[in-house]
Amino acid sequence: MAKTVLPFGPQHPVLPEPLHLTLAIEDEIVKEAIPKLGYVHRGLEKLAEIRDHNQMIYIVERVCGICSCMHALCYCQGIEALMGLEVPERARYLRTIWSEMHRIHSHLLWLGLFADAFGFESLFMQFWRIRERVMDLQEETAGNRVILSVNQVGGVRRDITAESAQWILETLKLAEKELLQLKSTILDDTTVKLRTVGKGVLTKEKAYELGAAGPTLRASGVAQDMRQTGYAAYSELDFAPIVETDGDCYARTVVRFKEALQAIDLIRQCFAKIPQGELSVKPKGLPTGEVVSRVEQPRGEVLYYLRGSGKKFLERVRIRTPTFANIPPLLDMLPGCDLADVPVLILTIDPCISCTER
Amino acid sequence: MSLISKSRVKSPWLIHFDCGSCNGCDIEVLACLTPVYDIERFGIINVGNPKHADILVVTGTVNHRNKKALKNIYDQMPEPKVVVAIGACGTSGGVFREAYNVVGGVDKVIPVDAYVSGCAPKPEAIIDGVVIALGKLAEKGKKVDQGIFERLEKTQSAIKAR
Repeated sequence: MAKTVLPFGPQHPVLPEPLHLTLAIEDEIVKEAIPKLGYVHRGLEKLAEIRDHNQMIYIVERVCGICSCMHALCYCQGIEALMGLEVPERARYLRTIWSEMHRIHSHLLWLGLFADAFGFESLFMQFWRIRERVMDLQEETAGNRVILSVNQVGGVRRDITAESAQWILETLKLAEKELLQLKSTILDDTTVKLRTVGKGVLTKEKAYELGAAGPTLRASGVAQDMRQTGYAAYSELDFAPIVETDGDCYARTVVRFKEALQAIDLIRQCFAKIPQGELSVKPKGLPTGEVVSRVEQPRGEVLYYLRGSGKKFLERVRIRTPTFANIPPLLDMLPGCDLADVPVLILTIDPCISCTER
Repeated sequence: MSLISKSRVKSPWLIHFDCGSCNGCDIEVLACLTPVYDIERFGIINVGNPKHADILVVTGTVNHRNKKALKNIYDQMPEPKVVVAIGACGTSGGVFREAYNVVGGVDKVIPVDAYVSGCAPKPEAIIDGVVIALGKLAEKGKKVDQGIFERLEKTQSAIKAR
């Protein structure tokens, strides 16, 4: 049969964001996939020329609304390295707590959207119901549900009081219990497994070679997690990267599910160890020199390259986001799959197009 | 005719288009559909096809590439239709308005009926914006319905005369 060309996106019910793929199909089997990007490109890196290094925090937070806290954290760590600032210990713990809250909400969001991608709408609703608990925590501690805006150069803006810490731990306990109730549905259900097991296999070698990041990489058996580098308070917490070896959609689901539970555990550890003290130090001087800052986002490693020349404005801000790294593995997975599996495979890398295109 | 104009407002279908947003507003629009806010109890359904939709919910700034896609989706929707621009970016361009690839708010490309401010707006605010747009949808619907039978008769007789 001759090849048919099918456009996928930019406006597609399964994707909340505009991603366009041109699919060449033969008998409902995908032969080739060509991505077309640029629907969300705004040109944020260039804004560094007209916004000074403090104002840029608000810009980088809006690179992506789902992992905004990590973007700001990564940027602030870079600026702090350039200025030679030592962040107070309490601030490092608070940064970790907010990062892990973001990870839980992002993974629950993904689990829901993934369930929706294979048509399991009630599961989508269930995951998002649990997610609202975490959104409440974020609103209570940071004042906003999505864009937290807690990081600043030299520390954090807000504190978490002992009473709210108690309430956070209780809510997380409830969320954990509800999450475990859904475990058998997302991981053991036969019909769900039919859509995930053995679909979109990415081997360990291929994942490493194509430069995959985050859960996509760890589901293929590579134990690489930027949190191991010990930024913020991660060097003092007890955790190991969650690794699966199969490299299929099922393995990626397992990794994300376990990471959500691990994040709850990390917040508990943080509250057990958090010391009293200052929230931030006053920044002195201006950023000079160049630095590379790396942080583990829910989707993988985000990399900031910052270059300053002793002026208020940075010379260069370069952002490499995890979804950008995960698109080559996606294009490797797609050829040979069923047309009906395309939405599932696209969602399985947890695409964040606004990160990718900035 | 009153049945259609009544049910149009009582059970509006909306389509969501991400037009260069940072995802913050998108996940809040999606959160409106989920159990805590659950706008489906008001008969509002999120649909994927612009030809089925009454309300276009746009998040984010318009850029030079997606303005054609936005215009295309708007043109595909049947009359009467209303547009809700969500978030600071949708209303004016927000923090991105000086970036080189940003055209500005949604109203630079298509007419907007309701603006929801905030970065990102809470789901309550989004629901409020959609409810305000519903009032405008009812008004626009009246204009579309007015004299529809006469117009239909005219068309039919024109076809017969052909």
